[in-house]
Amino acid sequence: MGHLTDLNLAEARDGLTKGDFSSAELTGAYIDAMSAAQDLNAYITETPEIALQRAEASDVRRKAGDVAGPMDGIPVAVKDLFGTEGVLTTAASHILDGFKPTYESTVTANLRDGGAVMLGKTNLDEFAMGSANMTSYYGAVKNPWKGADGRDLVPGGSSGGSASAVAAHTAVAATGTDTGGSIRQPASFCGIVGMKPTYGRCSRWGVVAFASSLDQAGPLTRTVRDAAIMLGEMAGHDVKDSTSAPIAVPDFEAVLSGDVKGLKVGIPKEYALDGMPDEIAKLWQQGADWLKAAGAEVREISLPHTKYALPAYYIIAPAEASSNLARYDGVRYGLRVPGDTLDEMYENTRAEGFGDEVRRRILIGAYVLSVGFYDAYYLKAQRVRALIAQDFEKVFKEVDVILTPTAPSAAFGIGEKMDDPIAMYLNDVYTVPTSMAGLPGISIPGGLDSDGLPLGLHLIGKPFDEETVFRSAGVLEAAANFTATPGGV
Amino acid sequence: MSLDKETVKNIAFLARIKVPDQDLDPLAGELSHIIGWVEQLSEVDTEGVEPMTSVANMELFRREDVISDGGVPQKVLANAPDREKNFYTVPKVVE
Repeated sequence: MGHLTDLNLAEARDGLTKGDFSSAELTGAYIDAMSAAQDLNAYITETPEIALQRAEASDVRRKAGDVAGPMDGIPVAVKDLFGTEGVLTTAASHILDGFKPTYESTVTANLRDGGAVMLGKTNLDEFAMGSANMTSYYGAVKNPWKGADGRDLVPGGSSGGSASAVAAHTAVAATGTDTGGSIRQPASFCGIVGMKPTYGRCSRWGVVAFASSLDQAGPLTRTVRDAAIMLGEMAGHDVKDSTSAPIAVPDFEAVLSGDVKGLKVGIPKEYALDGMPDEIAKLWQQGADWLKAAGAEVREISLPHTKYALPAYYIIAPAEASSNLARYDGVRYGLRVPGDTLDEMYENTRAEGFGDEVRRRILIGAYVLSVGFYDAYYLKAQRVRALIAQDFEKVFKEVDVILTPTAPSAAFGIGEKMDDPIAMYLNDVYTVPTSMAGLPGISIPGGLDSDGLPLGLHLIGKPFDEETVFRSAGVLEAAANFTATPGGV
Repeated sequence: MSLDKETVKNIAFLARIKVPDQDLDPLAGELSHIIGWVEQLSEVDTEGVEPMTSVANMELFRREDVISDGGVPQKVLANAPDREKNFYTVPKVVE
């Protein structure tokens, strides 16, 4: 047997079931791997003591024949946007200095109750606002994949630490959150699988809020099967989140039949943007051919409002963020910078506590919500959002699933695209429409570009039809047979 | 629409973020660039389209209106940067 850290989630689960190794052994291997890979800066806080304690408790349960679920004893990383009881929770922001929640988010509580072992809290863009993990107060994260000339690349964002950790095998899997592409784009950049479920599938309770009508939690994993297992453990109705869907969670793993005969796949013509790199266009075509070869019917579809999704997103998300982030006032938790008056204390605290990108988005949000501009910007964006959702509704009467690229490029160098915010925003051009419509989307590694860097393929499904998304993703994954790993893994 | 220095100063106050004077001009430029870009939405005909306010197309789940939590002031106050007894503290607001 090779290294324990080479096993994916399903393999690790099966190994634990057969008694090939204990959770304490598996967890120990990951704690070593995590500490050996600190140069990636994937973790903000490592929690080896908690991990070992939970691993030992898992082994005791297993001996007693009392296994809590498929992830019992599996070591995972948690994006540092999920509130974790007694463990520093930063959102990668200075303004949450020292914040140790006295509660556990529902998603991480579900994982914990299912026996999963938390290795630590992963780095991210500050308040999940970014597409390269460059805006973290705790510094940039490195992608374990290196550029052709050996230079360091970004892991994507905002779940950059989670993606980097999974790709570098310093966690079996990780939780992420996705507001406009923050699970899927880093998964594409790091050569792993990232699943954003339907809005409402996972509870948002206890997750630091960015844009509440868009935020959704989901898994970052090595395989589609792993994502299916992990989403099953994260999801479920929660009375503490009124937007969480009161519907049963299917057995996602059971739908991975490998059969897509007769499945109708849509290729949206509007996603063929000017300047799409040839390699991405080719991979997209290849993905369609793979599905066709497996018996699916592939047809062109039209989503006419696609190009307006990103600008509408950059009104709606900052507007919700400016409202959500009003809570950071220096009074109840986190950083406090004194001032002579209450207003001055607020202003000083928030000036020092927020980084440039977060400040920019709060100001944009305050502007588009302000008197005289609300109708022209915010209401207009919400009307456009309705049109985007209707586009999807219409085509989903004809097709079962939609195939697109995940991102317009492979991972780029650390420090690139930092001069123009809009250049950075364009990273999410293929993922944002799905988020605006609240639909499930998955990114799977489709192949490598000429520099040897991973490129993702993106599948979009109907609301609460993660099953079809997983089933088609499983077929694409088998056809792509992506086995490449970054150096050192 | 481009934002001027005064507008930025005003929204920064609305958002309660102190922005040093020398940052106002560059920030006005950055924000105008973004606002200019989102203004392409004006091309879209949205006549008669209702604004989308809810993503999940479902009726909200209803629960019993009962007290299910609370009575934990120490937990609530545990992260306060400054407190006195069971209270948060703020600078004096009433003369």
